[in-house]
Amino acid sequence: MISLFVDVFLLVLLVLIAVMVVRTCNLYAVIVMSGAYSLTSAAIFVNLDAVDVAFTEAAVGAGISTILFLAVMAYVPADEKPSLNRNVLAGFICIGAGALLLLAVADLPSFGDPMSQVHQHVAPRYLAESGSALHIPNVVTTVLASYRGFDTLGETIVVFTAGLGVLMLLAGTTRTHRMAKKTGKKTASGVSKRVSKVLPKSTGKKV
Amino acid sequence: MIEQLGDSWNYIIVIILMMTGLFIVIARTNLIKKLIGLSIFQTSVFLFYISLGKVAGGTAPILNGNPGTLYSNPLPHVLILTAIVVGVATTALGLALILRINEAFGSIEEDEIIAAKLNQSLARPRRPLDEASE
Repeated sequence: MISLFVDVFLLVLLVLIAVMVVRTCNLYAVIVMSGAYSLTSAAIFVNLDAVDVAFTEAAVGAGISTILFLAVMAYVPADEKPSLNRNVLAGFICIGAGALLLLAVADLPSFGDPMSQVHQHVAPRYLAESGSALHIPNVVTTVLASYRGFDTLGETIVVFTAGLGVLMLLAGTTRTHRMAKKTGKKTASGVSKRVSKVLPKSTGKKV
Repeated sequence: MIEQLGDSWNYIIVIILMMTGLFIVIARTNLIKKLIGLSIFQTSVFLFYISLGKVAGGTAPILNGNPGTLYSNPLPHVLILTAIVVGVATTALGLALILRINEAFGSIEEDEIIAAKLNQSLARPRRPLDEASE
């Protein structure tokens, strides 16, 4: 029962932060709020027994993402400009889609139901066998590295590709900078120089 | 009443958060804000998976040697661990793109970028770079 109240409180907090993100125009404030959002969701993950997910979310979602956003903020304007008036259209789309999804909620298994389909497939085998077969007490680690090792290989490939993409995009800025230097033109050189110096380091941490 | 609401409370909040993220992506023109909207959407999907994996009265899936213990489902946790890491990789890629866009057009507002692209002369594609510094 206590766990349910904690759950309800944290989820309401999450919605409040999300609404604040919509309404705030200063991007620094928005980024810090998105860090708070990640940290709150990490607390919810602990409450829902997903401890491994919680510390990954706290380290990666609240930590590294926030640092990456703040690093980019050094080069872009700090305030969002008042945007085109698309609020009504966007509101209609979101309320419509939300209503359809709410209709679908009726078909979901009720929260915490141990007999739901989700818990009948491979999970019982993981829980029953992994202890004696692999001698690692943390089942999440076992499944991640052993039973679903190819998933993790795929994940590594995706992260590697994204890292390559980031490096190539930012290497482009140095080339532009060099070309501009050769032609003697004054460009956004200060910016591109600093970008290429700072960003590969901060993204390198993630990989 | 509370028990009944507790049955689907998580799913309802997940849908509200998802739609808030979608609203930011559609309605805001600032690219940084759009990325943050995407990450709110993403986190709401994580919450959905983890909520489905919860077993009432269960504990974290770390074996304690006691055969009677009820554990939550470890499979959604594994899937979401992968998703979080992939999520930060795509965020980093998006931020690198934003930096390049900002350098090329001198703006990260969607409407200004579209206007700048319309004005851009096809014969001199390097021109916007020079304008960015002024």
